[in-house]
Amino acid sequence: MSFELRATGSVTAIEGPLLFLKRVVKAGLGEAVEVEAADGGVRPGRIVALDEDRIVVELLENTAGLGIDDVVVRFRGEPMTMALGPGLLGRVFDGVGRPRDGGAPVPAMVRKRVDTGTINPALRGLPQDFIETGVSSIDILNSLVRGQKLPIFSAGGLPHDRLAAGIAQTARLRGEGAEGFAVVFAGIGISYDSAEAFRTAMEKSGALEHTAMFLNLASEPSAQRLLTPRYALTAAEYLAFEEGRHVLVILTDMTNYCEALREVSASHGEIPSRKGYPGYMYSDLATIFERAGLVEGKPGTLTQVPILTMPADDISHPIPDLTGYITEGQIVLDRALEHKGIYPPVNVLPSLSRLMDQGIGEGYTHPDHPALAQQLFSSYARATRVRVLSSVVGRDGLTDVDRLYLDFGNTFEDRFVHHEEMRPFEASFAIGWEMLAMLPERELSRLSDKQIARHIAPLRETAGEATDG
Amino acid sequence: MTHGLITSVAGPVIKARRDGPITLGEAVRVGHDALLGEVVRLSSTEMTAQVYEDTTGLAPGDMLTGTGAPLSVRLGPHLLGHIFDGLLRPLRHDLAPVSYDVEHMVNPGDRVSAGQKLARVSGPAKDQFILVPAGVAQAEVASIESGSYARDDSVAILRLPDGSEREIALTHTWPVRQPRPVRHRLPADTAMVTGQRILDSLFPVARGGRAAIPGGFGTGKTVLQETLAKWCDADVIVYVGCGERGNEMAEVLHEFPALEDPRTGRPLMERTVIVANTSNMPVAAREASIYTGATVGEYFRDQGFNVALMADSTSRWAEALREVSGRLGELPSESGYPAYLSSRMSEFYERAGRVETLGGGEGSLTIIGAVSPPAGDFSEPVTSHTKRFVRSFWGLDRGRAQARFYPAIHPLQSYSEDAAGLTGWWTAHGNPKWPEQRGRVLDLLEAQAELERMARIVGKDAMPPGQQLTLLCADLVDDAFLRQSAFSEMDRTCSPEKQTAMLSVLMQFFDRATAAVARGADVQAIAELPVYRRVSRMGEEIADGDLDAFVALTAEIDAAIGGLKLEGQDEL
Repeated sequence: MSFELRATGSVTAIEGPLLFLKRVVKAGLGEAVEVEAADGGVRPGRIVALDEDRIVVELLENTAGLGIDDVVVRFRGEPMTMALGPGLLGRVFDGVGRPRDGGAPVPAMVRKRVDTGTINPALRGLPQDFIETGVSSIDILNSLVRGQKLPIFSAGGLPHDRLAAGIAQTARLRGEGAEGFAVVFAGIGISYDSAEAFRTAMEKSGALEHTAMFLNLASEPSAQRLLTPRYALTAAEYLAFEEGRHVLVILTDMTNYCEALREVSASHGEIPSRKGYPGYMYSDLATIFERAGLVEGKPGTLTQVPILTMPADDISHPIPDLTGYITEGQIVLDRALEHKGIYPPVNVLPSLSRLMDQGIGEGYTHPDHPALAQQLFSSYARATRVRVLSSVVGRDGLTDVDRLYLDFGNTFEDRFVHHEEMRPFEASFAIGWEMLAMLPERELSRLSDKQIARHIAPLRETAGEATDG
Repeated sequence: MTHGLITSVAGPVIKARRDGPITLGEAVRVGHDALLGEVVRLSSTEMTAQVYEDTTGLAPGDMLTGTGAPLSVRLGPHLLGHIFDGLLRPLRHDLAPVSYDVEHMVNPGDRVSAGQKLARVSGPAKDQFILVPAGVAQAEVASIESGSYARDDSVAILRLPDGSEREIALTHTWPVRQPRPVRHRLPADTAMVTGQRILDSLFPVARGGRAAIPGGFGTGKTVLQETLAKWCDADVIVYVGCGERGNEMAEVLHEFPALEDPRTGRPLMERTVIVANTSNMPVAAREASIYTGATVGEYFRDQGFNVALMADSTSRWAEALREVSGRLGELPSESGYPAYLSSRMSEFYERAGRVETLGGGEGSLTIIGAVSPPAGDFSEPVTSHTKRFVRSFWGLDRGRAQARFYPAIHPLQSYSEDAAGLTGWWTAHGNPKWPEQRGRVLDLLEAQAELERMARIVGKDAMPPGQQLTLLCADLVDDAFLRQSAFSEMDRTCSPEKQTAMLSVLMQFFDRATAAVARGADVQAIAELPVYRRVSRMGEEIADGDLDAFVALTAEIDAAIGGLKLEGQDEL
């Protein structure tokens, strides 16, 4: 630091993570401080409020053990920054960017503020490269493209960790190797097991050397959770826009982040909005999610797959609700599908990828991919309506066509959505058409005659031959 | 200049002690970096301001300076085709032209009055105009010259009755919160053609009308707003991205220059102004961006253009209002929104209208606001207030969106008060039967909802043939007419002529099928006719100008349904 101000004996009160100081130095909003206690421990913090008489500092570590009289506060004179340089990959950091794998700190080529990264919307590149994830319900129906932010809406006990690890291992542009690819994993208030399971999965597939991990474990201070995704994204931006890599950022679990936000907001005495969450939660989440994207004239891309667990499986809860308004779609995991033994239990109807149309079709996947997706959605939506009907009037009360839909719905879940192993795009694409071949042509109003002739008619012929023989 | 000394900083809100007079709503410059702010509250010694930029680093003791003018934006010919932030500052500095060709329309010595066109600025897509400012009742042109001018150059000098002179530049500033004056308002009896069948034919919006698109996340608000921005028949589009995604702006910026306006043949971008305040940009500027958009819209309206303003999303604007209000420590009302939410909203929507301009011409500003209700609940404050101020309400439905049925507008939750006034317009555009056809389609959709409830109890098989046919026809309306693919080149926009042709095909189908069923034809057999599939795909398969194909399709319906075997005939 170029200069440093120290304040001793100026603390007037400590409440939870907040430290109230007399305003004895000139310091700006959002600047970083370090608080040194009598025991010699140094706790990082930042200035969260200011007026003429006092400064409010939020500490990012446990405040237990701090006294009022013997505390030394060092003002850094700048917002929170992170030192960045080569060698980020393969390392494990804590929630505020300090090595936790026993290794040396990363050589500091540049220092970047952790809370900026607003990409000028006029300078954004258009995300349009299809990423193959190996998951049929994503690749065919809710395609992920580079630079997108596509969260997984999950709930306690659902296999979101396994799905995310699977995507992190597989996600590539079609026909591309692992060079230039990187994963940044931000564990926000997660358990040690979850973090370890992810690490092991990456290690097994040999992808660990392309991975940087930022971990704020469940046992660590919640105020740090507000910074963990920001440190992780600052590192990811360095990897993407300075080193030119294609970075996939997994943020888990954003629900813990929002809980921490509520906790800190309450301790500031702010007026709560829905369910006690602060009114600025939308803007705050946006500063994280909007850091995904492409920048014109820079190599590299930053794709986000945040994971959140919906409290009480409720998709209308403020956390998934606000997230859904910011992100470019969502992948919704469903408990009922999980109970049927379907993996990954993706409920395709509420799932959505807003950027899908930019990354599929002619030149990306297959010219008929959009029509296939449209028709599968339309037919499966009808199948779920018929399912409700049949639960009231019984299978016998249905018309012949509706019975076909009922069978279509079940087969779609068992054969298309369900697959234990990662599945290449071509296989998913072929199975999609097989599903549609179960329905009469009249029901396929989203397909042109040519598309039916190209993909469905050959399947009918082989099926016909099989029955004949 | 009045100065102030900052005493406290909390997010975008600062308090300061002042040393002189300052007015409510005055723009201020804050701190070393001269951040732009606006005075929102005054007391005898203190003032509170909201700051439109990131306040990190501001500290008590920093200075603040009044500008002496209310928060204003710079209007001019540099706007069309470009992207700006919430306060109309360009987001790309490298793209605006350096000079403009100006041709005078009046001569030195002419007497002119407010709103009158002084000069024409020629542009690639359309000519823009320099007007006599609103405050100038009478003046004489002292000098004016054609030629090439830079953005801030003075083009003419007016001599006012009191002998003073006033320079007229290519650009001028206007306070964003103050509506631009007009001579008077005109009735809303001209349709704004959106090219979307469900809107134009069922829930139309008039030029100068006000419409809202409420919908939970993922129901297609943004895609619909963008579709309207692309294909509606306005002269100028003002697209306000208010608290939404940055990638959406990137999409508009990449897509619009490549798309062609079907009316002019020029790139769509040339008729578009984008005001972008994305969700991660400062929250107070989000609050202002809506007014900025309206001001830009009025600026073009005053030149005699038909302008459409898309605001996506007004809920984010309301939330910005709430956030700033919370920071000011105001008493919250419903859901934490300030009590003045509804009056602010009505002020905004009231800026829409079809008008006679000060210069005597005609222009209109149509406002289409997206609403993002939390959890998709239309009873929340922003949606329910919006309902009171708009005339067209296009409710988006999650069920339709999940089946990828776009536009996912729910016909039973939507309405249009403008429809009654547009019968004359449709008659003039070749469809005198429009009110009757519209009524039939709406009745059919109403009946569908009722019969589907019934089917859930008795099963579809147990319903009488007449009711089964109603369900079949309603399915056909959904599939053939209401669904429209934004990604199909043939179907993404639909002219009033094609809509009329499609409606008459549907009417023919209903009539023939009803008659056939009355004579004992089997409903299932009608559903299985190849012509049923033809009709359900006519939007995507028959081109806009190909009206003969619709005539042929009508004949095909007659032949196919007429050729059906009637019940009992088999045994004969």
